Amino acid sequence: MDLQKFILAVITTNPKKAPVASTVFHCDSKEEMDAITTNLEAILDGIAHALSDEIYIIVKH
Amino acid sequence: MTEYTYPILLGIIIGTLTRIYMLRTDYRQYPTYLHGKIIHIALGFIAAGLGTLAVPSIMEEDFTAVTFLTIAASQFREVRNMERNTLSEMDSSELVPRGRTYIEGIAIAFESRNYLVIFTSLLTTLAYLLSNIWGGIIVGAIAFFISKALMAGGKLTDIVDVEYVEPRFEGAGLYVDNIYIMNIGLPERKKEILSYGMGFILKPKSFDSRSTIANLGQRQAILHDVSTALGIYRDSGTPALVPLAKRDLDDGRVGVFVLPQERDEKRAIEIIGKVPILENAVRLPTKRKRKEEGR
Repeated sequence: MDLQKFILAVITTNPKKAPVASTVFHCDSKEEMDAITTNLEAILDGIAHALSDEIYIIVKH
Repeated sequence: MTEYTYPILLGIIIGTLTRIYMLRTDYRQYPTYLHGKIIHIALGFIAAGLGTLAVPSIMEEDFTAVTFLTIAASQFREVRNMERNTLSEMDSSELVPRGRTYIEGIAIAFESRNYLVIFTSLLTTLAYLLSNIWGGIIVGAIAFFISKALMAGGKLTDIVDVEYVEPRFEGAGLYVDNIYIMNIGLPERKKEILSYGMGFILKPKSFDSRSTIANLGQRQAILHDVSTALGIYRDSGTPALVPLAKRDLDDGRVGVFVLPQERDEKRAIEIIGKVPILENAVRLPTKRKRKEEGR
C-alpha cells in the first residue's frame, strides 16, 4: 500500500505535546532528538518537519 | 520505372530528411539513443511514402486510394499512444519526473511531426509533377522551413521574467522570496539546502501567463528541465531534498526551488527561460474578456 501524507513517527522532548495513537520517540535533549530524527528520516523515507523546537514529525509525502 | 518514380523518390527523400531534422537530441534528452531514433525515422519514412503516393493516385484518377491517408492517421495516433506509454513508464524511475502534462506534450509533438512530414512529401511530389525537379526541390525546401517554424513552440521567456533569489529559512519554513516552499525540520538538512539550493522567481508578464505558469504540469516541466540540464543534488531515500515550485496566491508569481549539482545562476535562468510552454497548460482568459467587450 502506498501511504500519502501520513505521520510515520513523532519525535519529541516534551511528552505532554506528543499526539496519542502514533509512534512517539521521547528524547532527553535537542541533540538526541536531531540524531534520532536523522536516522528515522533515512529509514522511513519520509521528510522530517519541525512543528516547534520540541516536536518533529516524519511525514510520508 | 514510370513517370512517377522520380517524383515519388524526391518526395520520400525530402519527407524523411524533414523527420530526421525534427528528431534532434537536445537538452531534453529524448529520444537519446539509436533504437528510439530508428523507430521514428522508420515511421517518418512511412509517413513520407504515404504523403507522396497520394498525388500520383489522384492523378491516375484512383480517388479511393486517398482513403489510405485515414489509415495513416490512425497509425500515427498509435505513435502518440506508444510515446505516452513509454515515457510514463520511464517517468517513475526519474529522480525528478517529467510529469503527465509534459509527456502528453511530447506525445502530441511526435504525432504532429509525422503529419508535417506527410504534407511536406505531398507538396514536394505535387510540385515535381506539375513543374520539374527544381520546382519540387524548391517547394520541398519551403515546406521544410514551414515545418521547422510550426514545430517550434513558445518558450517561457516569452511569458515570464526570471529572477534569481537566494532561498532562506524562517524557523523551519523554507522560503524563496516571500513564497513558502516547505517545512524542513533537521538543522543538517537545512544546511544542505542552503548550500545547494537555488531559488528563482517567475514573474508573469501578463494575466494570461499567470494561469499558464500556475499549471502544475508546467511547473513540473520547469523542475525537470532544470534538473536534467544542471544535475540534481538528490537520491532515492532523501525525500527532503526535492525541487518544488509554489505559487504566490496574491500576484500569481511562481517561486521555483531547485537543488542543482552545478550552481550556475546565469545558465539556470537561461534554462528556465527555454522551457517549452506546454500546449496543455496555455490558458487565455483575456481572450474571453475581449470578445465580450467587443460585443
